[in-house]
Amino acid sequence: MIAGSAGNVVVWVVWFVAAFACLGSALAVVSFANPFFSALALIGNLASLAVLYLLLNAEFVAAAQVLVYAGAVMVMFLFVVAYLGGEADAPWAGGPSWQVVGAIAAAAAILVEIVVVIGVAAGDGLSNEGDISSAFGSPAEIGRLFLTDHLLAFEVTSIVLLAAAVGGVILGHHSRRVDDPAVGGRG
Amino acid sequence: MLGPDITWYLVVSAILFSVGALGVLLRRSPLIVLLSVEIMLNGANLALIAFSRLHGESDGQVFAITVMAVAASEVVVGLGLIVAMSRRNLALDVDRLNSLRG
Repeated sequence: MIAGSAGNVVVWVVWFVAAFACLGSALAVVSFANPFFSALALIGNLASLAVLYLLLNAEFVAAAQVLVYAGAVMVMFLFVVAYLGGEADAPWAGGPSWQVVGAIAAAAAILVEIVVVIGVAAGDGLSNEGDISSAFGSPAEIGRLFLTDHLLAFEVTSIVLLAAAVGGVILGHHSRRVDDPAVGGRG
Repeated sequence: MLGPDITWYLVVSAILFSVGALGVLLRRSPLIVLLSVEIMLNGANLALIAFSRLHGESDGQVFAITVMAVAASEVVVGLGLIVAMSRRNLALDVDRLNSLRG
């Protein structure tokens, strides 16, 4: 019993650290002037989200989050920021001040709406977690679901990825020829 | 379940989504708008995984992985567009890209 309550405290501490790192780095992404620092802060955000996924027994998703998101996607992002030179712009500069006020008001409204909807819809049912087996969140379980119940989502995802790859190649290919006088800037 | 219950994870997920929405509405650099969209998608992912834990079924994690793949595709196309914009010497400012305005 003592070991159980000590474990509970440890989980709470890990949750607090991960949740505050997550929210702090999300605010840093929005408020840094330099896109390079914003991208670095997003890597911290994704890594602390992976810790939250681990606390929710989603081991495979946490691993995929670190490998795919914090690894592959963000490296691509950092390459593009480095390629473009990453011009800094102040977060609040450049537009009329009513835009800033409106943006903050709209974001606060979205937050209130989500909280109210979840509170009304779920009520007290959110503290009764279902029992889970040891297979919950394991790669074998995820793979079984992908190839049985969610086969359509799996196949559609492959088509989406193919379309994105083709689209990336076409965008890069056509914009390369903008200096060619024969093309005349079209394409 | 050890630690906080699902409500706390949902609060973090709601705040993450709103911070991402704030970034999309506030910032003018298309790079940071893309990063903020990523934050919104991750807020939704956290809610999916929290509900998956609540019901004790792994289906929500399958949705989360699908969302991850869609987000990767979105980043590829978005970054391709931004690079194409910069090669045409267009301003990297979402407020000044209004040629399609009716």
